[in-house]
Amino acid sequence: MWRQARWSEPLIYELGAPGRMGFLVPDDSDIVEALGGDRDSLLEQLIPGQLRRESPPPLPEVSEVEVARHYTRLSQMSYGVDNGPVPLGSCTMKYNPKIAEQLVADPRIAMLHPLQDEETVQGLLEILYTLERWLAEITGMDRCSLQPPAGASGELTGTLMIRKYHVDRGEEHRVEMLVPDSAHGTNPASAAMAGFRVVRIPTDEGGEVDMEALRAALSDQTAGMMLTNPNTLGVFESRILEISGLVHEAGGIMYYDGANLNGILGVARPGDMGFDIVHINIHKTFAAPHGGGGPGAGPVCAKGEMVDYLPRPLLEYDGEKYYWDYSCEKCIGRVRAFHGNIVPLVKAFIYIASLGPQGLRKIAEQAVLNTNYFISLMKGVENYELPYDPSKPRKHEVVYSAKPLTEKKGVTAEDVAKNLLDAGLYAPTIYFPLIVEEALMIEFTDTETAENIERYAETLRRIAAMEPEEAKKAPRNTSVGRLDLVRANHPATVTPSYRVYRRRAAGEKLRL
Amino acid sequence: MHPWLPNSSPKVEEKILRSIGVEGVEELFRDIPADIVLKRPLQVGFGKPLSESEVARLVERLLSKNRVFMDPPPFMGGGVCAHHVPSLVAEIVRRSEFYTAYTPYQAEISQGLLQALFEYQSLMADLVDMDVVNASMYDMSTAVAESFLMAARVTGRSRILVPATMNPQHYEVARTIVEAKGVKLVKVGYDRETGMMSLDELSSKLSGEVAAVYVENPGYLGFFEENIEAISDAAHSRGALLIAGFEPLSLGLVKPPGAYGADIAVAEGQPLGLGMNYGGPLLGIFAVRWDRRLVRQMPGRLIGMTESLEGERGFAMILQTREQHIRREKATSNITTNEALAAIAAAVYLSLLGRSGIVRLAETIMLRAGYAAKRLSEIPGVEAPAFGSRHFKEFAVRFPCRYRELHKHLMEHGVLGGHYLGEEFPELGEAALFCVTEVHSKRDIDLLAEKVAEYVGGGA
Repeated sequence: MWRQARWSEPLIYELGAPGRMGFLVPDDSDIVEALGGDRDSLLEQLIPGQLRRESPPPLPEVSEVEVARHYTRLSQMSYGVDNGPVPLGSCTMKYNPKIAEQLVADPRIAMLHPLQDEETVQGLLEILYTLERWLAEITGMDRCSLQPPAGASGELTGTLMIRKYHVDRGEEHRVEMLVPDSAHGTNPASAAMAGFRVVRIPTDEGGEVDMEALRAALSDQTAGMMLTNPNTLGVFESRILEISGLVHEAGGIMYYDGANLNGILGVARPGDMGFDIVHINIHKTFAAPHGGGGPGAGPVCAKGEMVDYLPRPLLEYDGEKYYWDYSCEKCIGRVRAFHGNIVPLVKAFIYIASLGPQGLRKIAEQAVLNTNYFISLMKGVENYELPYDPSKPRKHEVVYSAKPLTEKKGVTAEDVAKNLLDAGLYAPTIYFPLIVEEALMIEFTDTETAENIERYAETLRRIAAMEPEEAKKAPRNTSVGRLDLVRANHPATVTPSYRVYRRRAAGEKLRL
Repeated sequence: MHPWLPNSSPKVEEKILRSIGVEGVEELFRDIPADIVLKRPLQVGFGKPLSESEVARLVERLLSKNRVFMDPPPFMGGGVCAHHVPSLVAEIVRRSEFYTAYTPYQAEISQGLLQALFEYQSLMADLVDMDVVNASMYDMSTAVAESFLMAARVTGRSRILVPATMNPQHYEVARTIVEAKGVKLVKVGYDRETGMMSLDELSSKLSGEVAAVYVENPGYLGFFEENIEAISDAAHSRGALLIAGFEPLSLGLVKPPGAYGADIAVAEGQPLGLGMNYGGPLLGIFAVRWDRRLVRQMPGRLIGMTESLEGERGFAMILQTREQHIRREKATSNITTNEALAAIAAAVYLSLLGRSGIVRLAETIMLRAGYAAKRLSEIPGVEAPAFGSRHFKEFAVRFPCRYRELHKHLMEHGVLGGHYLGEEFPELGEAALFCVTEVHSKRDIDLLAEKVAEYVGGGA
């Protein structure tokens, strides 16, 4: 039976002893001597009393070995792709190759200052320039900006580009961004951040954009459309050329949410589907790790006249040297300091170089095979249904509904998730997309083994057969049992820091 | 068969195809219109898959074209500086249970990750003397931009006053991001001697339209904003928020944002064990006071301490109704992927430093930077600091010669000098921004001063 470490690990604040520390600060007596004074009076000159902190910050007092053990134990109570399958739909949690991790841990990257002279970073710029060319080729775009540090940042970049494009053409009245109801939550959030009104486009019975609703929504107020293809149901939008034709005809710009790119790598390209702007999730498709939430990287690629709107600087090559071109006539400006999340970008370079063109296409094939293998194994498994035309092959992911199970037994998608954890399998993305009730959104990616896919289907079958009371008790094999989320969020008990905990313990009535 | 694609072995693939009931994988792409199916291989990579040893050679060949400054470490400032990365920090962030994990949506199986992030929030809250810190933003520039948007939401006002000496990249990022929401940035001038914000100009610009006053302490050009309490009072008296940009290590010695009434505090977490990495990944620190209307409008993820239904201590993501996956277009921000692993690095770093270490480290940085400024200012014609009197690790230096030429001279001697300020702040003359930290020894600083003196004195 699978069991996760369960250490009851104290907080770092609850460890240690007075006077301990885990960091030897270099001795500076030579500096003090050269400055000609005693340390305290020198410091008094450098930082006078009224600017000073009254008492040291109440940080823990722990030695290096205690810190090492503490965070090692915390890592043991975490679960990533190296622990087992993480088939979170739309997250593309694939294996993170160790060669990439090893090669980026190099002082010739780590010790580079972002403002140091271009002539001293030619090797790194060559990597980034080459990566940009590859990403443009993969997406069918002309140029890319590597600046956005995450997918959502890429989306904001793209929507700001669309806004500026229309403003420059004197079409400020284009304030509506079309977003399918199956879209990732970041799409409407990014569109709203860029100042757009979001117009929701429903999904038809086949799991694709409802064409009638799309036609009805288009107007001279349309700024553009944000779409992911394959969509979040794992269905390929087969009428994509018609969609992009209609949006372009109405004067809108097509934005491609690259979160689902993994299923079509080397098979079809957003640029050939009529998209004008694309973001790429380096930490999904190109195997840079997700880091427990980040850092990722979200380059944005564009074609045609949208290239002018990309953030600056862009990386150029004059035949002899690589350099940053800061000229900005129409560009939106800058979306992050410096040049982007360099380390994940270098990992993507290593990944693409390792796989080559054959390997990249193989990724898409394997991802799609794995999804459809799982679907074949789920045939005949009762109490789950596959909504939206089950006869269509799914691509990178598939969405099941646990609604029959909920209706028959009261066992919800969340209960299913918690029972999967008990089997040592990470849960799918649940309750998303919003158009599927009791949704289980599953993406095995190209790197999951057939055996684990079989185990996943088998575990789902077993969960559906469980007594409801039993199913509700999960998880029991994880580091902690099911959490009290009401308490976690209640104004009188919500505790976002140890400081708040201390203040309450001292008798303060803190409410949010 | 590729080692990263376990089912690409022909036997396994055959079993899968049979189970699906198709002859070949192409059948699974049959719904993609023929017009858009790519009919040639992608032109990427090097024509074929590369083995580990081949790819290692390739990367070696490319990285050998970089020039790194290790001895002495870079003296360049500008928002990122050379700092020591403790070996344990590097070790912990290479724990693959952490780095191969996703955002901890399933709390019970992610307790270690959640606790580490809760500890980051807690350590940072203690450092800034404020109650609530989110689980990270991308970097300081985007934290600044989001703080401006948040201030506009909280106050219903649309103007942000910023110091004219503000980090120019942060200004550009903030302007790019907030303009779409109708938020305007207005610069407040500075005293030419001290660099500090002009209080007269502040009070004349502090209208009822102002959502927030943003201050940097220390500022981009290194000096402390000594009037910070007066600025805080002025902002609050007009119903505006105070947003404070700070430097995390300075808080070992310097009054924290919570002590001068900051409503929001933002910073760059790069000094806390991240390395420079040509500027990314970085870590955006974002803190707010304990105030319902502030916390509810905060962007980004928050981790909270709670209990299991059986009463054991546990951790979970909290107040998620602010976020995009629940609220979609009504979310406080679109941020999703953040810099969680960098936040864990910062937690390990601050744990190692501890209560006395952070003070000692802030002191030694201040002494070393003070010594460097003193040595440089002793060179005839060189002004260091060129601005104000009191600074932390960064400071502007004005030279009696073309800085770019001097910079080349320094590089020829293995020294990476300051960041040229002539384009960002032409009014400063031939100035550059230097950064001196715990990694710079007396010998390093003496070498810098010697090479500067050699060039300046050489009558160039």
